[in-house]
Amino acid sequence: MRASDLLHPRPEGLYCPPGDFFIDPVRPVNRALITHGHSDHARSGHRSVLATQQTLDIMGLRYGEGFAGTTQAAALGEAIALNGVSVTFHPAGHVLGSAQIEVVHQGSCIVASGDYKRQRDATCEPFEPVKCDVFITEATFGLPVFRHPPDTEEIARLLKSTAQFPERAHLVGAYALGKAQRVMRLLRDAGHDSPIYIHGALARLSDYYQSQGIELGTLEPATVESSGRQDFAGAIVVGPPSAFADRWARRFPDPISCFASGWMRIRQRAKQGGVELPLIISDHADWDELTATIKETGAEEIWVTHGREEALVRWCELEGIAARPLHLVGYEDEGD
Amino acid sequence: MNRFAELLDRLVLTPSRNGKLTLLRDYFRSVEDPDRGLALAAITGDLTIAAVKPAMLRALVMERMDPVLFGYSYDYVGDLAETVSLVWPQSPADIANHEPTLAEVVAKLQAASRSDGPKVLARLLDSASISARFAIIKLVTGGLRIGVSARLAKQALADLGKVDVAEIEELWHGLTPPYAELFAWLEGKAEKPKKTALALFRPVMLSNPIGDGDLEKLDPADYAAEWKWDGIRVQAVSEGGVRRLYSRTGDDVSGAFPDLAEAMDFSATLDGELLVGDPLQATGTFSDLQQRLNRKSVTPKIQQQYPAFMRCYDVLQIGDEDLRTLPFSERRGRLQSFVQTLDPSRFDLSPLIEFTDWQALEELRRKPLHPVIEGVMLKRWDSPYLTGRPKGPWFKWKRDPHTIDAVLMYAQRGHGKRSSFYSDYTFGVWSGPEGSEELVPVGKAYFGFTDEELRQVDKYVRDNTVERFGPVRSVRADRRQGLVLEVAFEGLNRSTRHKSGVAMRFPRISRLRWDKPAAEADRIETLQALLDT
Repeated sequence: MRASDLLHPRPEGLYCPPGDFFIDPVRPVNRALITHGHSDHARSGHRSVLATQQTLDIMGLRYGEGFAGTTQAAALGEAIALNGVSVTFHPAGHVLGSAQIEVVHQGSCIVASGDYKRQRDATCEPFEPVKCDVFITEATFGLPVFRHPPDTEEIARLLKSTAQFPERAHLVGAYALGKAQRVMRLLRDAGHDSPIYIHGALARLSDYYQSQGIELGTLEPATVESSGRQDFAGAIVVGPPSAFADRWARRFPDPISCFASGWMRIRQRAKQGGVELPLIISDHADWDELTATIKETGAEEIWVTHGREEALVRWCELEGIAARPLHLVGYEDEGD
Repeated sequence: MNRFAELLDRLVLTPSRNGKLTLLRDYFRSVEDPDRGLALAAITGDLTIAAVKPAMLRALVMERMDPVLFGYSYDYVGDLAETVSLVWPQSPADIANHEPTLAEVVAKLQAASRSDGPKVLARLLDSASISARFAIIKLVTGGLRIGVSARLAKQALADLGKVDVAEIEELWHGLTPPYAELFAWLEGKAEKPKKTALALFRPVMLSNPIGDGDLEKLDPADYAAEWKWDGIRVQAVSEGGVRRLYSRTGDDVSGAFPDLAEAMDFSATLDGELLVGDPLQATGTFSDLQQRLNRKSVTPKIQQQYPAFMRCYDVLQIGDEDLRTLPFSERRGRLQSFVQTLDPSRFDLSPLIEFTDWQALEELRRKPLHPVIEGVMLKRWDSPYLTGRPKGPWFKWKRDPHTIDAVLMYAQRGHGKRSSFYSDYTFGVWSGPEGSEELVPVGKAYFGFTDEELRQVDKYVRDNTVERFGPVRSVRADRRQGLVLEVAFEGLNRSTRHKSGVAMRFPRISRLRWDKPAAEADRIETLQALLDT
């Protein structure tokens, strides 16, 4: 069977005709397989959803319990048959619960990786390379300029800055699902044990991470009521990036704005956003991880989706690997 | 190299002066010699390295990667140095080896000949991390552009050693990179370096503005008054054949004024105002003076068109005699006779103003006899020449600022305490024929208002946003609606860089005119008229 008969794009998302299901559909469908809980991949209103238990839990937290007609939890590494098509979820290392989906039918094997990264991350299972015929890769950071440094170095810079500027609050912008918890965990692993103040938008997801055994230490709401204004001096406050340009940020004394994102690799991005301390911490693979992963999967063909497809397709050409962009609509880079 | 690279990365994104000082001070404290001294020299512009042209850099990277991938990358990043630092291919074996120190990088670059320069650079880039590569490229392409002046770096050194910045300025031109003896002194490990070089800068004496009620406490008989000329305060030092012209912060600006330097055939240190024109005939405006500023070299034509001269205020030294401890009255006498010995087309004496009481002086201040005067100076007759800005002996009493009513056009988010406020305002005035007037931006200001007013304008900006571009919002501003700002400024210069053709000096918001309809704001002609006086 031709790979494009097994999976191909439709306006709703990536569709599997023999199995009659979609992967990460952007519109409500009958049966959806979902790689991870970021809102551009995991939407509400599907008739049935198959995802890891953690992704289902996260969707429940974000959309409320009735987010889908029925749900089914996929255990990592266990094949499930859907109309004769075998699907297996494998860890993707992106955020808690994230998975790649391996689709096998009549001797043809495609892995839809969703979003993934290769750097070690204490808040989720590490990415597992899966041998396949076709590998569908993301390309959020699909340009040779994106090279993420070790996250521990970035956290060390943050902690150094808190020592240099003890009279100021450090506001760390980090997306609510995944990045925020990873930053907090990195801070703990680096020995930062004072309370971390969090924006309200992070509370439920962070509680959920803790319930899954990911220690984040003492988290306190970053409200003026809970602590006098002066108390934020020297504190680390984590919140969604949008909150820092907002009036919400006024409660902090002379804050240093930090942003944890792979985009912070580009100075102009940091400058335009008014970021004083960029932290290059990404939940997506950088250029070197993307190219290494493509080789590891042994795939003969690469389909490149959301991001800078052209550069990665060009690289594959130079390496003699067949590649083409897969034009899927509706994905942003919410996770970074 | 990594620590220097990290310092540059942080400085470029840190807007506040205090933040920059902390970063610099911590760097100088924690990094050893000679790296810290070389970093200092790189920041103050005192480090000489053979330059590598951007085209060469591009050629080097093209030898190492696919041109198509480089093209995509450069298009995305937009900055050559940054793109190259990021895409430079690196083998793990190179990184595992020793990371070069700043001293090693500088030594290799300085030893490189013109022909093997690119090869040396490539080897250095092979061995460095991404941000170190960026720093190396910045060093060789010239110009760090990190928003740190030499003066600020010296202030950080002063903070480090808990000494007055004037002491460092005074020593500075006698020192050379990597400044080991300077750091040793600042850290209390050695004596203060001896001044051995000739024609060193002597820190200048500055004045305080006259505040409300100050004059009533002062006796006019205690003070001399003189005009405050609108040029550049300079210090001319000539000693043992070495001639230097310093700015008031101790930067050597001699190179830009060879005509004046040539006339410094004396042995003395003079304090005065640098102006252009002919002192006997006509003194040029600040706009004219600008033709001579920020130039690497000056053509004979420009020198002829805008000859530089110095209007002398004070004398600090004649021959071997330090006059700084003498009272102003005596120094003034010495200055008067000294200036008579100098070339009259290059040096003249700043005249004193006769006055009996403050009222009379106020009249003169309001109507100065010359457009290149920006106020009057008051100097106690008995004041010695002190460094810095002592309170009491010298006052400046400036002409009242100009004001115009302009309309708010764009607002940009501030930094630090103001990062959630739209606090930097671009404003414009009306231009074009009646019936189809358009606003043309004339300046930008970010202070002059209270915190409460800032909150009000911030709300106005958020409620009246037309468009957003990153941190900038365009605000509704037309004949029917717009926020009128009364803007105060010290003067106007002609500008080819601005669409309006004018650039304001020292603009600030003096009042918010919530009451004034936008259509009644000023027109560009009002500003143009000011230019022509």
